[in-house]
Amino acid sequence: MSDTPKIRVRGLCKAFGAKKVLDGVDLDVAPRTSMVVIGGSGTGKSVLIKCILGLLEPDAGSIEIDGADVLRMDREAATELRSHAGMLFQNGALFDSLPVWENVAFGLLAQARRKHTRITRAEARARADAVLGQVGLAPSVGDLWPSELSGGMQKRVGLARAIAHQPDMLFFDEPTTGLDPIMGAVIDGLIVDCVKRLGSTAVAITHDMASAQRIGDRAAMLHHGRIVWEGRAAELLESGNEVVDQFTHGRREGPIQMELRR
Amino acid sequence: MTGRDTAPLDAPLDALAALGRAAIATVRGTGRITLFGLEGMSHFFRPPWYGRLFWHSLVEIGYYSLPVVALTAVFTGMVLALQAATGLSRFNAESAIANLVVLSMTRELGPVLAGLMVAGRVGAAMAAELGTMRVTDQIDALSTLQTDPMKYLVAPRLAGGLVALPILVLIGDILGVLGGFVIGALKLGFNPGVYLANTVNFMQTADVVSGLVKAAVFGLLVALMGCYHGYNSRGGAQGVGAATTSAVVSASVLILAFDYVLTELFFAR
Repeated sequence: MSDTPKIRVRGLCKAFGAKKVLDGVDLDVAPRTSMVVIGGSGTGKSVLIKCILGLLEPDAGSIEIDGADVLRMDREAATELRSHAGMLFQNGALFDSLPVWENVAFGLLAQARRKHTRITRAEARARADAVLGQVGLAPSVGDLWPSELSGGMQKRVGLARAIAHQPDMLFFDEPTTGLDPIMGAVIDGLIVDCVKRLGSTAVAITHDMASAQRIGDRAAMLHHGRIVWEGRAAELLESGNEVVDQFTHGRREGPIQMELRR
Repeated sequence: MTGRDTAPLDAPLDALAALGRAAIATVRGTGRITLFGLEGMSHFFRPPWYGRLFWHSLVEIGYYSLPVVALTAVFTGMVLALQAATGLSRFNAESAIANLVVLSMTRELGPVLAGLMVAGRVGAAMAAELGTMRVTDQIDALSTLQTDPMKYLVAPRLAGGLVALPILVLIGDILGVLGGFVIGALKLGFNPGVYLANTVNFMQTADVVSGLVKAAVFGLLVALMGCYHGYNSRGGAQGVGAATTSAVVSASVLILAFDYVLTELFFAR
Protein backbone atom coordinates (compact mmCIF):
# COMPACT_ATOMS: atom_id res chain seq x y z
CA MET A 1 0.00 0.00 0.00
CA SER A 2 3.07 2.21 0.04
CA ASP A 3 2.19 3.42 -3.48
CA THR A 4 -1.09 4.96 -2.24
CA PRO A 5 -0.66 8.68 -1.87
CA LYS A 6 -1.64 10.14 1.47
CA ILE A 7 -3.64 12.76 -0.43
CA ARG A 8 -4.85 12.29 -4.00
CA VAL A 9 -6.82 15.03 -5.76
CA ARG A 10 -8.39 14.35 -9.16
CA GLY A 11 -10.27 16.71 -11.46
CA LEU A 12 -11.09 19.14 -8.66
CA CYS A 13 -13.28 22.04 -9.81
CA LYS A 14 -14.57 24.98 -7.82
CA ALA A 15 -16.22 28.14 -9.12
CA PHE A 16 -17.55 31.19 -7.32
CA GLY A 17 -20.36 32.48 -9.51
CA ALA A 18 -19.01 32.76 -13.03
CA LYS A 19 -15.38 32.71 -11.90
CA LYS A 20 -13.75 29.28 -12.20
CA VAL A 21 -11.05 29.14 -9.55
CA LEU A 22 -10.12 25.46 -9.76
CA ASP A 23 -10.61 23.84 -13.14
CA GLY A 24 -9.57 20.21 -12.91
CA VAL A 25 -6.75 20.09 -10.36
CA ASP A 26 -4.81 16.80 -10.13
CA LEU A 27 -2.34 16.45 -7.27
CA ASP A 28 -0.72 13.59 -5.35
CA VAL A 29 1.06 13.97 -2.03
CA ALA A 30 3.05 10.95 -0.88
CA PRO A 31 2.99 9.94 2.79
CA ARG A 32 5.45 11.73 5.07
CA THR A 33 6.51 14.21 2.37
CA SER A 34 5.98 17.95 2.09
CA MET A 35 4.31 19.39 -0.99
CA VAL A 36 4.49 23.12 -1.65
CA VAL A 37 1.89 24.64 -3.97
CA ILE A 38 2.93 27.94 -5.52
CA GLY A 39 0.96 30.32 -7.70
CA GLY A 40 -0.05 33.93 -8.07
CA SER A 41 -2.50 35.73 -5.83
CA GLY A 42 -6.08 34.67 -6.47
CA THR A 43 -5.16 31.49 -8.37
CA GLY A 44 -7.01 29.28 -5.90
CA LYS A 45 -4.23 27.93 -3.65
CA SER A 46 -6.20 28.60 -0.47
CA VAL A 47 -9.38 27.26 -2.10
CA LEU A 48 -7.52 24.02 -2.90
CA ILE A 49 -6.52 23.33 0.71
CA LYS A 50 -9.90 24.48 2.02
CA CYS A 51 -11.52 21.90 -0.27
CA ILE A 52 -9.15 19.18 1.00
CA LEU A 53 -9.95 20.15 4.60
CA GLY A 54 -13.72 20.18 3.95
CA LEU A 55 -14.08 23.91 4.59
CA LEU A 56 -15.35 24.39 1.03
CA GLU A 57 -17.40 21.99 -1.04
CA PRO A 58 -15.95 21.40 -4.51
CA ASP A 59 -18.22 21.43 -7.56
CA ALA A 60 -16.64 18.32 -9.09
CA GLY A 61 -13.73 15.93 -8.70
CA SER A 62 -12.48 13.64 -5.98
CA ILE A 63 -10.29 14.00 -2.90
CA GLU A 64 -8.85 10.79 -1.49
CA ILE A 65 -7.14 10.54 1.87
CA ASP A 66 -5.39 7.20 2.42
CA GLY A 67 -7.28 5.93 -0.62
CA ALA A 68 -10.77 6.82 0.66
CA ASP A 69 -12.78 9.46 -1.22
CA VAL A 70 -13.84 11.95 1.45
CA LEU A 71 -16.40 13.58 -0.83
CA ARG A 72 -18.35 10.35 -1.17
CA MET A 73 -18.33 9.12 2.40
CA ASP A 74 -20.81 10.08 5.12
CA ARG A 75 -20.23 13.26 7.10
CA GLU A 76 -19.20 11.46 10.30
CA ALA A 77 -16.55 9.35 8.54
CA ALA A 78 -15.19 12.37 6.65
CA THR A 79 -14.99 14.34 9.90
CA GLU A 80 -13.13 11.46 11.55
CA LEU A 81 -10.65 11.28 8.66
CA ARG A 82 -10.11 15.02 8.65
CA SER A 83 -9.67 15.08 12.44
CA HIS A 84 -6.14 13.84 11.74
CA ALA A 85 -5.31 17.18 10.08
CA GLY A 86 -3.88 20.40 11.49
CA MET A 87 -3.85 23.79 9.81
CA LEU A 88 -1.77 26.93 10.22
CA PHE A 89 -3.80 29.83 8.83
CA GLN A 90 -2.25 32.79 7.03
CA ASN A 91 -3.17 35.30 9.74
CA GLY A 92 -2.90 32.80 12.59
CA ALA A 93 -6.71 32.77 13.15
CA LEU A 94 -6.14 32.50 16.90
CA PHE A 95 -9.30 32.64 19.00
CA ASP A 96 -9.09 36.12 20.50
CA SER A 97 -11.56 35.28 23.27
CA LEU A 98 -9.20 32.63 24.70
CA PRO A 99 -5.71 32.96 26.22
CA VAL A 100 -2.81 31.47 24.31
CA TRP A 101 -2.66 28.20 26.25
CA GLU A 102 -6.37 27.51 25.63
CA ASN A 103 -5.82 28.19 21.93
CA VAL A 104 -3.02 25.61 21.89
CA ALA A 105 -5.00 23.08 23.94
CA PHE A 106 -8.22 23.60 21.97
CA GLY A 107 -7.70 20.63 19.63
CA LEU A 108 -6.68 18.38 22.53
CA LEU A 109 -9.81 19.26 24.50
CA ALA A 110 -12.01 18.85 21.41
CA GLN A 111 -10.45 15.47 20.68
CA ALA A 112 -11.07 14.34 24.27
CA ARG A 113 -14.67 15.55 24.08
CA ARG A 114 -15.26 13.70 20.81
CA LYS A 115 -13.77 10.46 22.10
CA HIS A 116 -15.49 10.77 25.50
CA THR A 117 -12.14 10.68 27.29
CA ARG A 118 -11.36 12.95 30.18
CA ILE A 119 -8.60 15.53 30.27
CA THR A 120 -8.45 18.05 33.11
CA ARG A 121 -7.69 21.69 32.47
CA ALA A 122 -4.44 21.28 34.43
CA GLU A 123 -3.39 18.40 32.16
CA ALA A 124 -4.37 20.38 29.07
CA ARG A 125 -2.34 23.35 30.34
CA ALA A 126 0.70 21.13 30.90
CA ARG A 127 0.38 19.70 27.37
CA ALA A 128 -0.04 23.22 25.94
CA ASP A 129 3.09 24.42 27.75
CA ALA A 130 5.05 21.47 26.35
CA VAL A 131 3.90 22.20 22.79
CA LEU A 132 4.66 25.91 23.22
CA GLY A 133 8.17 24.81 24.18
CA GLN A 134 8.45 22.88 20.90
CA VAL A 135 7.90 26.11 18.96
CA GLY A 136 10.33 28.07 21.12
CA LEU A 137 7.89 29.85 23.40
CA ALA A 138 8.08 29.98 27.20
CA PRO A 139 5.17 28.64 29.31
CA SER A 140 4.50 32.22 30.52
CA VAL A 141 3.35 33.08 26.97
CA GLY A 142 0.40 30.76 27.60
CA ASP A 143 -1.14 33.34 29.92
CA LEU A 144 -1.09 36.10 27.29
CA TRP A 145 -3.95 36.96 24.95
CA PRO A 146 -3.51 36.66 21.16
CA SER A 147 -3.78 40.44 20.77
CA GLU A 148 -0.68 40.83 22.96
CA LEU A 149 1.52 38.80 20.59
CA SER A 150 3.72 39.95 17.70
CA GLY A 151 3.08 38.57 14.19
CA GLY A 152 5.91 36.03 14.55
CA MET A 153 4.66 34.85 17.94
CA GLN A 154 1.12 34.50 16.56
CA LYS A 155 2.48 32.23 13.81
CA ARG A 156 4.33 30.15 16.41
CA VAL A 157 1.20 29.83 18.54
CA GLY A 158 -0.81 28.97 15.41
CA LEU A 159 1.75 26.27 14.62
CA ALA A 160 1.62 24.98 18.20
CA ARG A 161 -2.18 24.79 17.98
CA ALA A 162 -1.98 22.94 14.66
CA ILE A 163 0.44 20.27 15.96
CA ALA A 164 -0.86 19.90 19.55
CA HIS A 165 -3.15 16.97 18.75
CA GLN A 166 -0.34 15.29 16.76
CA PRO A 167 -2.03 15.23 13.35
CA ASP A 168 -0.70 13.10 10.52
CA MET A 169 -1.54 15.78 7.92
CA LEU A 170 -0.48 19.41 8.23
CA PHE A 171 -1.57 22.32 6.04
CA PHE A 172 0.16 25.68 5.95
CA ASP A 173 -1.43 28.72 4.33
CA GLU A 174 1.34 31.19 3.47
CA PRO A 175 3.21 30.61 6.72
CA THR A 176 5.79 33.38 6.23
CA THR A 177 3.57 36.15 4.83
CA GLY A 178 4.01 39.40 6.76
CA LEU A 179 7.15 38.25 8.57
CA ASP A 180 10.67 39.61 8.20
CA PRO A 181 13.12 37.26 6.40
CA ILE A 182 14.77 36.06 9.59
CA MET A 183 11.50 35.31 11.36
CA GLY A 184 10.28 33.68 8.13
CA ALA A 185 13.30 31.36 8.18
CA VAL A 186 12.69 30.59 11.87
CA ILE A 187 9.05 29.65 11.20
CA ASP A 188 10.09 27.53 8.21
CA GLY A 189 12.63 25.73 10.39
CA LEU A 190 9.98 25.06 13.03
CA ILE A 191 7.60 23.74 10.38
CA VAL A 192 10.23 21.34 9.00
CA ASP A 193 11.11 20.17 12.54
CA CYS A 194 7.44 19.61 13.46
CA VAL A 195 6.63 17.76 10.25
CA LYS A 196 9.67 15.47 10.69
CA ARG A 197 9.04 14.87 14.40
CA LEU A 198 5.40 13.94 13.84
CA GLY A 199 6.10 11.99 10.63
CA SER A 200 3.28 13.98 9.04
CA THR A 201 2.36 14.67 5.44
CA ALA A 202 2.42 18.41 4.76
CA VAL A 203 0.88 20.69 2.15
CA ALA A 204 1.98 24.32 2.17
CA ILE A 205 0.98 27.16 -0.09
CA THR A 206 3.21 30.15 -0.50
CA HIS A 207 4.56 32.76 -2.89
CA ASP A 208 7.83 32.93 -1.00
CA MET A 209 10.38 30.98 -3.07
CA ALA A 210 12.95 30.74 -0.27
CA SER A 211 10.25 29.41 2.05
CA ALA A 212 9.01 26.96 -0.61
CA GLN A 213 12.47 25.48 -1.00
CA ARG A 214 13.05 25.27 2.75
CA ILE A 215 9.72 23.57 3.52
CA GLY A 216 9.02 21.44 0.47
CA ASP A 217 10.25 18.08 -0.74
CA ARG A 218 8.16 18.56 -3.85
CA ALA A 219 6.46 21.57 -5.42
CA ALA A 220 3.58 22.21 -7.81
CA MET A 221 2.52 25.34 -9.65
CA LEU A 222 -1.17 26.27 -9.85
CA HIS A 223 -2.07 28.44 -12.83
CA HIS A 224 -5.44 29.10 -14.44
CA GLY A 225 -7.09 26.59 -12.13
CA ARG A 226 -4.79 23.67 -12.97
CA ILE A 227 -1.46 22.25 -11.86
CA VAL A 228 0.86 23.21 -14.73
CA TRP A 229 4.11 21.85 -13.28
CA GLU A 230 5.19 19.48 -10.56
CA GLY A 231 8.68 18.50 -9.52
CA ARG A 232 11.26 18.59 -6.75
CA ALA A 233 11.18 21.76 -4.70
CA ALA A 234 14.94 22.07 -5.09
CA GLU A 235 14.40 22.45 -8.87
CA LEU A 236 11.92 25.30 -8.59
CA LEU A 237 14.33 27.95 -9.81
CA GLU A 238 15.41 25.95 -12.89
CA SER A 239 12.27 24.01 -13.72
CA GLY A 240 12.42 24.59 -17.46
CA ASN A 241 8.73 25.50 -17.43
CA GLU A 242 8.22 29.03 -18.69
CA VAL A 243 5.24 29.70 -16.38
CA VAL A 244 7.18 28.55 -13.31
CA ASP A 245 10.32 30.39 -14.43
CA GLN A 246 8.47 33.66 -14.85
CA PHE A 247 6.82 33.27 -11.43
CA THR A 248 9.87 32.14 -9.47
CA HIS A 249 12.10 34.82 -10.97
CA GLY A 250 9.45 37.53 -10.72
CA ARG A 251 9.65 38.56 -14.40
CA ARG A 252 7.08 40.97 -15.80
CA GLU A 253 7.25 39.44 -19.28
CA GLY A 254 6.05 35.92 -19.91
CA PRO A 255 2.99 33.71 -20.21
CA ILE A 256 1.50 34.95 -16.91
CA GLN A 257 -0.40 38.16 -17.57
CA MET A 258 -1.66 40.21 -14.64
CA GLU A 259 -5.43 40.30 -14.73
CA LEU A 260 -6.36 43.88 -13.98
CA ARG A 261 -10.06 43.20 -13.95
CA ARG A 262 -12.29 40.33 -14.84
CA MET B 1 -42.62 41.45 -33.58
CA THR B 2 -40.45 44.50 -33.80
CA GLY B 3 -38.72 46.26 -30.96
CA ARG B 4 -41.26 49.05 -31.28
CA ASP B 5 -44.13 46.57 -30.74
CA THR B 6 -42.71 45.19 -27.51
CA ALA B 7 -41.53 48.49 -26.04
CA PRO B 8 -44.78 49.39 -24.24
CA LEU B 9 -44.69 46.06 -22.40
CA ASP B 10 -41.05 46.28 -21.29
CA ALA B 11 -41.54 48.52 -18.26
CA PRO B 12 -44.37 46.54 -16.59
CA LEU B 13 -42.62 43.24 -17.37
CA ASP B 14 -39.36 44.53 -15.88
CA ALA B 15 -41.23 45.63 -12.76
CA LEU B 16 -42.92 42.24 -12.54
CA ALA B 17 -39.59 40.47 -12.96
CA ALA B 18 -38.02 42.60 -10.23
CA LEU B 19 -40.96 41.80 -7.95
CA GLY B 20 -40.53 38.09 -8.71
CA ARG B 21 -36.81 38.23 -7.99
CA ALA B 22 -37.45 40.01 -4.69
CA ALA B 23 -40.10 37.44 -3.73
CA ILE B 24 -37.76 34.52 -4.55
CA ALA B 25 -34.92 36.15 -2.61
CA THR B 26 -37.21 36.65 0.40
CA VAL B 27 -38.41 33.05 0.36
CA ARG B 28 -34.86 31.78 -0.12
CA GLY B 29 -33.56 33.98 2.72
CA THR B 30 -36.37 32.86 5.03
CA GLY B 31 -35.59 29.24 4.22
CA ARG B 32 -31.88 29.72 4.91
CA ILE B 33 -32.54 31.42 8.26
CA THR B 34 -35.04 28.72 9.25
CA LEU B 35 -32.61 25.91 8.40
CA PHE B 36 -29.81 27.74 10.21
CA GLY B 37 -31.99 28.13 13.31
CA LEU B 38 -33.16 24.51 13.22
CA GLU B 39 -29.61 23.25 12.84
CA GLY B 40 -28.47 25.47 15.72
CA MET B 41 -31.31 24.28 17.97
CA SER B 42 -30.77 20.63 17.05
CA HIS B 43 -27.52 20.84 19.03
CA PHE B 44 -29.58 21.48 22.21
CA PHE B 45 -30.35 17.76 22.13
CA ARG B 46 -27.02 16.36 20.86
CA PRO B 47 -23.87 16.13 22.98
CA PRO B 48 -21.27 17.37 23.56
CA TRP B 49 -22.67 20.46 25.25
CA TYR B 50 -20.69 23.56 26.10
CA GLY B 51 -22.03 24.49 29.55
CA ARG B 52 -19.44 27.20 30.10
CA LEU B 53 -20.39 28.94 26.83
CA PHE B 54 -24.11 28.70 27.65
CA TRP B 55 -23.45 30.29 31.04
CA HIS B 56 -21.35 32.99 29.37
CA SER B 57 -24.23 33.73 26.95
CA LEU B 58 -26.71 33.89 29.83
CA VAL B 59 -24.53 36.42 31.64
CA GLU B 60 -23.86 38.42 28.48
CA ILE B 61 -27.51 38.54 27.36
CA GLY B 62 -29.23 38.58 30.75
CA TYR B 63 -27.05 40.10 33.43
CA TYR B 64 -25.40 42.80 31.34
CA SER B 65 -28.72 43.83 29.75
CA LEU B 66 -30.38 44.18 33.12
CA PRO B 67 -29.62 47.90 33.67
CA VAL B 68 -30.97 49.01 30.29
CA VAL B 69 -34.05 46.78 30.51
CA ALA B 70 -34.72 47.85 34.10
CA LEU B 71 -34.50 51.56 33.26
CA THR B 72 -36.72 51.10 30.22
CA ALA B 73 -39.32 49.19 32.24
CA VAL B 74 -39.40 51.65 35.16
CA PHE B 75 -39.81 54.71 32.96
CA THR B 76 -42.35 52.97 30.73
CA GLY B 77 -44.44 52.05 33.78
CA MET B 78 -44.25 55.64 35.04
CA VAL B 79 -45.23 57.10 31.66
CA LEU B 80 -48.07 54.59 31.30
CA ALA B 81 -49.52 55.62 34.65
CA LEU B 82 -49.29 59.32 33.75
CA GLN B 83 -50.86 58.84 30.31
CA ALA B 84 -53.54 56.56 31.70
CA ALA B 85 -54.42 59.16 34.29
CA THR B 86 -54.86 61.78 31.55
CA GLY B 87 -56.94 59.50 29.33
CA LEU B 88 -59.03 57.68 31.90
CA SER B 89 -59.91 60.83 33.85
CA ARG B 90 -62.07 61.87 30.86
CA PHE B 91 -64.30 58.87 31.64
CA ASN B 92 -63.96 59.09 35.44
CA ALA B 93 -62.17 55.74 35.28
CA GLU B 94 -58.95 56.59 37.16
CA SER B 95 -59.35 53.45 39.24
CA ALA B 96 -58.42 51.43 36.16
CA ILE B 97 -54.92 52.93 36.01
CA ALA B 98 -53.33 50.08 37.96
CA ASN B 99 -55.12 47.53 35.74
CA LEU B 100 -53.99 49.23 32.56
CA VAL B 101 -50.38 49.45 33.70
CA VAL B 102 -50.10 45.81 34.72
CA LEU B 103 -51.91 44.55 31.60
CA SER B 104 -49.79 46.65 29.22
CA MET B 105 -46.53 45.79 30.92
CA THR B 106 -46.99 42.05 31.22
CA ARG B 107 -48.67 41.37 27.90
CA GLU B 108 -46.98 43.81 25.54
CA LEU B 109 -44.54 46.46 26.63
CA GLY B 110 -42.41 44.30 28.90
CA PRO B 111 -41.48 41.69 26.28
CA VAL B 112 -41.45 44.01 23.26
CA LEU B 113 -39.33 46.77 24.80
CA ALA B 114 -36.95 44.30 26.45
CA GLY B 115 -36.65 42.45 23.12
CA LEU B 116 -35.85 45.66 21.23
CA MET B 117 -33.32 46.76 23.85
CA VAL B 118 -31.59 43.38 23.79
CA ALA B 119 -31.65 43.36 19.98
CA GLY B 120 -29.75 46.65 19.97
CA ARG B 121 -27.28 45.65 22.66
CA VAL B 122 -26.74 41.92 22.26
CA GLY B 123 -27.81 41.15 18.68
CA ALA B 124 -25.34 43.71 17.35
CA ALA B 125 -22.54 42.38 19.58
CA MET B 126 -23.19 38.78 18.49
CA ALA B 127 -23.16 39.72 14.80
CA ALA B 128 -19.96 41.73 15.23
CA GLU B 129 -18.20 38.96 17.17
CA LEU B 130 -19.15 36.13 14.82
CA GLY B 131 -18.60 38.34 11.77
CA THR B 132 -15.07 39.14 12.92
CA MET B 133 -14.44 35.46 13.60
CA ARG B 134 -15.65 34.66 10.08
CA VAL B 135 -13.48 37.22 8.27
CA THR B 136 -10.38 36.32 10.32
CA ASP B 137 -10.78 32.56 9.60
CA GLN B 138 -11.48 31.73 13.26
CA ILE B 139 -14.68 29.87 12.30
CA ASP B 140 -12.73 27.79 9.74
CA ALA B 141 -10.09 27.20 12.42
CA LEU B 142 -12.79 25.73 14.70
CA SER B 143 -13.71 23.22 11.98
CA THR B 144 -10.07 22.14 11.60
CA LEU B 145 -9.93 21.55 15.37
CA GLN B 146 -12.72 18.95 15.38
CA THR B 147 -15.28 21.44 16.63
CA ASP B 148 -18.59 22.11 14.91
CA PRO B 149 -18.96 25.93 14.81
CA MET B 150 -22.76 25.60 14.94
CA LYS B 151 -22.48 23.63 18.17
CA TYR B 152 -19.74 25.79 19.69
CA LEU B 153 -20.80 29.28 18.60
CA VAL B 154 -24.48 29.25 17.65
CA ALA B 155 -26.25 26.75 19.94
CA PRO B 156 -25.10 28.31 23.26
CA ARG B 157 -26.14 31.77 22.07
CA LEU B 158 -29.58 30.58 20.93
CA ALA B 159 -30.08 28.80 24.26
CA GLY B 160 -28.85 31.90 26.11
CA GLY B 161 -31.37 34.13 24.31
CA LEU B 162 -34.18 31.64 24.86
CA VAL B 163 -33.60 31.48 28.62
CA ALA B 164 -32.29 34.94 29.48
CA LEU B 165 -35.01 37.11 27.97
CA PRO B 166 -37.94 35.63 29.96
CA ILE B 167 -35.96 36.24 33.16
CA LEU B 168 -35.21 39.80 32.08
CA VAL B 169 -38.87 40.38 31.17
CA LEU B 170 -40.09 39.04 34.51
CA ILE B 171 -37.82 41.51 36.28
CA GLY B 172 -38.89 44.24 33.83
CA ASP B 173 -42.58 43.51 34.47
CA ILE B 174 -42.08 43.89 38.21
CA LEU B 175 -40.11 47.11 37.80
CA GLY B 176 -42.62 48.52 35.28
CA VAL B 177 -45.54 47.89 37.64
CA LEU B 178 -43.44 49.42 40.41
CA GLY B 179 -42.89 52.52 38.24
CA GLY B 180 -46.65 52.84 37.75
CA PHE B 181 -47.17 52.34 41.47
CA VAL B 182 -44.72 55.13 42.35
CA ILE B 183 -46.55 57.59 40.06
CA GLY B 184 -49.97 56.35 41.24
CA ALA B 185 -49.14 56.63 44.92
CA LEU B 186 -46.88 59.70 44.97
CA LYS B 187 -48.21 61.88 42.16
CA LEU B 188 -51.79 60.83 41.47
CA GLY B 189 -52.75 60.43 45.13
CA PHE B 190 -53.83 56.77 45.09
CA ASN B 191 -53.84 54.87 48.32
CA PRO B 192 -50.76 52.58 47.95
CA GLY B 193 -52.58 49.57 49.38
CA VAL B 194 -55.56 50.01 47.08
CA TYR B 195 -53.30 50.50 44.04
CA LEU B 196 -51.41 47.29 44.82
CA ALA B 197 -54.64 45.40 45.52
CA ASN B 198 -56.06 46.54 42.17
CA THR B 199 -52.89 45.38 40.45
CA VAL B 200 -52.83 41.96 42.07
CA ASN B 201 -56.58 41.34 41.74
CA PHE B 202 -56.71 42.29 38.08
CA MET B 203 -53.55 40.48 36.91
CA GLN B 204 -54.06 36.98 35.54
CA THR B 205 -51.55 34.19 35.17
CA ALA B 206 -52.18 34.11 31.42
CA ASP B 207 -51.06 37.76 31.10
CA VAL B 208 -47.68 37.02 32.65
CA VAL B 209 -47.20 33.63 30.98
CA SER B 210 -48.05 34.96 27.52
CA GLY B 211 -45.52 37.74 28.03
CA LEU B 212 -42.85 35.28 29.08
CA VAL B 213 -43.54 33.02 26.09
CA LYS B 214 -43.24 36.07 23.85
CA ALA B 215 -39.97 36.93 25.60
CA ALA B 216 -38.56 33.46 24.94
CA VAL B 217 -39.46 33.75 21.24
CA PHE B 218 -37.98 37.26 21.02
CA GLY B 219 -34.80 36.11 22.79
CA LEU B 220 -34.44 33.30 20.28
CA LEU B 221 -35.06 35.70 17.37
CA VAL B 222 -32.48 38.21 18.60
CA ALA B 223 -29.83 35.50 19.03
CA LEU B 224 -30.76 33.87 15.72
CA MET B 225 -30.47 37.11 13.76
CA GLY B 226 -27.19 38.04 15.47
CA CYS B 227 -25.70 34.60 14.82
CA TYR B 228 -27.04 34.21 11.26
CA HIS B 229 -25.85 37.58 9.98
CA GLY B 230 -22.51 37.35 11.80
CA TYR B 231 -21.86 33.74 10.75
CA ASN B 232 -22.55 34.53 7.09
CA SER B 233 -20.80 37.90 6.91
CA ARG B 234 -18.31 38.47 4.10
CA GLY B 235 -15.87 41.09 2.98
CA GLY B 236 -13.88 42.41 5.93
CA ALA B 237 -14.79 45.34 8.15
CA GLN B 238 -17.51 46.58 5.83
CA GLY B 239 -19.15 43.15 5.79
CA VAL B 240 -19.07 42.95 9.58
CA GLY B 241 -20.65 46.41 9.82
CA ALA B 242 -23.40 45.40 7.39
CA ALA B 243 -24.00 42.18 9.35
CA THR B 244 -24.40 44.17 12.56
CA THR B 245 -26.93 46.51 10.99
CA SER B 246 -28.85 43.63 9.41
CA ALA B 247 -28.93 41.74 12.71
CA VAL B 248 -30.45 44.67 14.64
CA VAL B 249 -32.91 45.73 11.93
CA SER B 250 -34.17 42.21 11.14
CA ALA B 251 -34.47 41.26 14.81
CA SER B 252 -36.44 44.44 15.56
CA VAL B 253 -38.83 43.94 12.66
CA LEU B 254 -39.30 40.25 13.51
CA ILE B 255 -40.02 41.06 17.15
CA LEU B 256 -42.85 43.39 16.11
CA ALA B 257 -44.20 40.92 13.54
CA PHE B 258 -44.06 37.95 15.91
CA ASP B 259 -45.63 40.08 18.66
CA TYR B 260 -48.70 40.43 16.46
CA VAL B 261 -48.74 36.74 15.53
CA LEU B 262 -48.37 35.58 19.14
CA THR B 263 -51.01 38.04 20.36
CA GLU B 264 -53.40 36.63 17.76
CA LEU B 265 -52.58 33.12 18.92
CA PHE B 266 -53.02 33.87 22.61
CA PHE B 267 -55.86 36.34 22.75
CA ALA B 268 -57.82 36.52 19.47
CA ARG B 269 -61.42 35.44 19.96
